[in-house]
Parts: sequence; C-alpha cells; structure tokens
Amino acid sequence: MASSLSLRAGLLSVLIFAAFVGAWQWATLPGAGPGGGAVDPEYAALVSGAAAQGAKSAFPTPADVAATLWGHLKDPFYVRGANDQGVGIQLAYSLGRVLVGYLLAAAVAIPLGFLIGMSPLTYKALDPFIQILKPISPLAWMPLALYTIKDSGVSAIFVIFICSLWPMLINTAFGVASVRKEWLNVAATLEVGAFRKAFLVILPAAAPTIMTGMRISIGIAWLVIVAAEMLVGGTGIGYFVWNEWNNLSIGNIITAILLIGLVGMALDLALARAARLVAYRE
Amino acid sequence: MTDKPLISIEALARRYPKRGGGETTVFEDLWLPIQKGEFVCLIGHSGCGKTTILNVLAGLDQPSSGSVIVDGREISGPSLDRAVIFQGHSLLPWMTVLGNIALAVSSRRPEWSRETVRAHCQRYVDLVHLSGSEHKKPAELSGGMKQRVGIARALAIEPKMLLMDEPFSALDALTRGSLQEEARRICRETGQTVFMITHDIDEAMLLADRIVLMTNGPQAKIAEIVENPLPRDRLAASMHRHADYYPLRNHLLEFLVTRSKSFASEIEGRPYDPRKPAVVRPRATAEDPLPAAASI
Ligand SMILES: Nc1ncnc2c1ncn2[C@@H]1O[C@H](COP(=O)(O)OP(=O)(O)O)[C@@H](O)[C@H]1O
Ligand SMILES: [Mg+2]
Repeated sequence: MASSLSLRAGLLSVLIFAAFVGAWQWATLPGAGPGGGAVDPEYAALVSGAAAQGAKSAFPTPADVAATLWGHLKDPFYVRGANDQGVGIQLAYSLGRVLVGYLLAAAVAIPLGFLIGMSPLTYKALDPFIQILKPISPLAWMPLALYTIKDSGVSAIFVIFICSLWPMLINTAFGVASVRKEWLNVAATLEVGAFRKAFLVILPAAAPTIMTGMRISIGIAWLVIVAAEMLVGGTGIGYFVWNEWNNLSIGNIITAILLIGLVGMALDLALARAARLVAYRE
Repeated sequence: MTDKPLISIEALARRYPKRGGGETTVFEDLWLPIQKGEFVCLIGHSGCGKTTILNVLAGLDQPSSGSVIVDGREISGPSLDRAVIFQGHSLLPWMTVLGNIALAVSSRRPEWSRETVRAHCQRYVDLVHLSGSEHKKPAELSGGMKQRVGIARALAIEPKMLLMDEPFSALDALTRGSLQEEARRICRETGQTVFMITHDIDEAMLLADRIVLMTNGPQAKIAEIVENPLPRDRLAASMHRHADYYPLRNHLLEFLVTRSKSFASEIEGRPYDPRKPAVVRPRATAEDPLPAAASI
C-alpha cells in the first residue's frame, strides 16, 4: 500500500514535470507566448538587441536550458579570467561564505543562547533587543557592514552571520529554558556537577530544539547569500545570476536558479539528518 | 523509638499565596521522625501535600517554615544520601538504561573508573531483573520496566534513605504487585530506610512498618500513626489470611473514607499534640477474631 502510494506519487511528479516542460515548450515556440507578437517598448529598451525583435523568443526552450545546464555540469570548475568562472566555482564561493558566516553565528549563538536560557533574568532582559533585531532584513545591515568593514567579501559573510544568528539564538535559549523540570530535578538529586549537567542533561534535552534553529538558519542564510552577492558582486552564485542578467543569458540564469534550489535542498537534508541523530523519543 | 532518628521532620509548613491576596496553608506544624531501617508510608488524599513533603525531604523544595534534620543538621538542598524515585519515572530519554544508572553512579563515585561504574550498574540492573535491556532507551521499555530502572538508579547510589512518590501508581495491577514484592525484598535485604507516598491501602499494608495518616488539605495534619501488626515476613498473596489483616485494612479505609475529612471535628475540645499524634496498632480482638470481609 505504502509502496504503491509512493509509486503513484512518483508517477504524478513525472506527469507534472512533463506538463510543465510541455507548457514551457509551447510558450517559447516562435510567434507564440509572451515573447511573440507586439513588443512592449519598455521591455525592448531593457533587453535591446535582436532578442526584442520577436523573430525568436528571448526565452530559451527547455532544450536550450538542458543544453546550457549540461554545458555547465560538464565543466563546472573552469576559470577564464575574473568574470568568467565555472558555475561550480561560483557555487563554492557562495557555499564558503554561507558556511563561514553560519559557523561563526553558531559559535556565538549556541553558547550565548545557552547562557540566556539558563538565566530567566537575562532571558527577560535581552528579549526586547532580540525581538527588535530579529525582523530586520539582513540586507539592511549591508551598507553599515560595507562602511565599517570596508571589504565586500567580509561584509557578505557578516550579513550571513547576522541572519543565521537569530533563529539559532532564540531556539537555543528557548530549548534550554524549557528543559523539563523533572530532568533537572533528577540532576539535582544526583548532585550532578554544573559542567556535567550542562553537557549530559541540558544540552541533549535541548538539542532537538537547537537543531531546529540551525536548520532554519541555514535555509535563511542560503536565501540571503544570493541577494547579498548580487549587491557586493565579484564572485558567487548571486553575482553569477546578476552577471548573466546583464548578459541577458536567460538560459544561464535558469540553470543557476535550478542549482541554487538543489544546493539549498542538500543543505536542508544534511541538517535534517543531523537533527535525527540528536532526536529522542520520550 | 528512643533512638536518634535518621531523619526528622520538625514543625514543617508550606503556604502558597492565594490568588487575590492572603495565603493557603497546605499543611503546617508537621512532626515526624523516621528511624534507620524503617519503611514509612504516608497515606492521604490527592492534594493534601504529600508530594510537597517529599520534595522538601529531597531538598528540591523549601518549606515556608520548619525544617528537616538529618544527622543533627538542617538539610539545605538535594543530596545523594537521599535518593528519589519520582512519581513519573523521570528517566533521561536520550540515555540507555545503563547510561541512566551510570549517570547516578558516577556522580556518587567520581573516582571510579568506567569499568567499575559499569560493573556496579550491571549489578543493580540484574537486581531489578532488567538483564538484557541494558542498552535500550526508555522509550523502548514498558511502564513497569521504566519504574524498575528508576528503582535501580536510586538503589545504585547506595543512599542512606529512599524517597518514593507513588512509584507504582501508574502501573497495571499485575506489574504493580510484582514490583511491590521486589521492592519489599530489596529493602528488607539491604535494611534500606524508606519514606514512601501512596494512596493505595494494600500497598501500604504490604510494605510499611508504620503508616502515617494525613488529613485532607488545606491545613493538612498528621492524624495518626498506624503501626503495622502484620508479621514482617508477610506476602501479598497470603497476608489477607492473617487475623489482623481486616482490622488494619478497615481502620485505614475508615480513615480515608470519612475521618480524613472530619478529623478537625474529631479532635475538637480534645488535646491534640502535633508532635505526638496518636499511635494505634489495629488488631483482631477476642470478641472479633475473624471479621467479615470489608464492605468495600
Ligand atoms: N506552585 C503552587 N502554587 C499554589 N499551590 C500549589 C503549588 N504547588 C502545589 N500547590 C498546592 O499544594 C497542594 C499539595 O500539592 P501536592 O503536594 O502535589 O499534593 P499531593 O501530592 O498530596 O497530591 C495542592 O492542593 C496544590 O494545589
Ligand atoms: Mg503527588
């Protein structure tokens, strides 16, 4: 029953995908779809050149994108000058920034969240600050970062740091503060020392909540890096997308979008795996 | 009874602020000495403050006034000398059976090597008949098995005193019966001093040397202390045949059903010393050698 359900679900997925590609193919046929017919003058001004003439749609067909994708996957790590590097290299730049910013944030947020969660006083005292800082778009920090740090690469990492910080901080503090009273009573009656209590009782008890925060953070960090790199330029998958927009290479943009989605999914899956390692059943 | 008690509850009181001002007194002026090697059960209705008393004895809760004296000194917090078996089993769910017990043992004996700790834990796992389940997590155990782990964890630290809060109340009758027998065997063999809370009369009759009767709250009092007249080698399966069984049982039942509510009017106009509540030993009298079974 379960296998037949996943079989049918898989079949349906394939059908949806086929329908999507079919619609795409139809929309990009010469003379059909949004690319054909009358050309909006503003649009023509924006994209200029032959693409706007309507002779052939500027939007690539599925086959074009597949070919572009294949081209990138065949040789993802080439370097032909500063502005022409393989998509694999660009992704590696982005991943590197995300990981550095994220790990720095974890190194700050988890110990700090632990202390906040242990002390109801600091929990209450810091709460208004966290509540105000949390909803700020991380990109709003960018000018401040560029001004003070004066390095675009480090600024991008700082933005990742800031956006990863809050979910981990809040979840750690919450997880630590809501460790079951029973378990703390067990630790108390067994006279478990402060250090052992922190690592053997509180940390494992709060670990699933902390992992949830880490998973939210990595998702946000990956969302934000693309925008940050569009702003700071130079390298990275966000810069790649922006650069290809300037080159009007829609095929490359779609390829990049696809890869961004895949990497994001892989990051999420990796953290879901890690979360399963620290999960416990009561 | 003239020996210096192992632990002594003296003038204990617990009050909570009432909503809208004032205070509720859960209990006050409670006195109770417990001798070494004694098994004492506290019986009372839900809400009369039994768990609160146990938490104070454990050092997890502070009384509003009064104190608990151990070895001539007032207790100031939890101690490995007083092991607690909680109402819920309170095992750490991310640790195995052995891990849960080892946490306790290595706190008690920080100087012991891993191997020694392990061997010691294994002895207590075997004692509560859990051999083979050492590496299971609590979620993989039945309710009775979890409670056994709780018992093993408490015994493994070789405490001076065992505090139990309705340890068997969440179990089915069959499991409860066999665990009660085991608890009795272990405590008798090791001469363990035990303070146990229950609301189950048969449990108290089987396990306790003395049964402390507590009136209903608020302002709960110790109404009476009942000495168990049944022979020390009693068994759950056969103790009901003893002549003193029904007198004792009826006495306890009578207390829970009516006297626990009406105790205040019972002592009205009569002297009542909270330091020395009446001590009774219900026995079959000559005119009443084998009373008919209790009506309830
Ligand atoms: N934090 C609290 N605030 C106010 N009242 C409380 C609090 N904790 C317990 N109580 C009251 O104290 C009484 C005794 O509780 P408890 O010791 O758990 O009773 P028992 O274990 O006998 O059922 C109850 O009537 C309960 O309402
Ligand atoms: Mg209770």
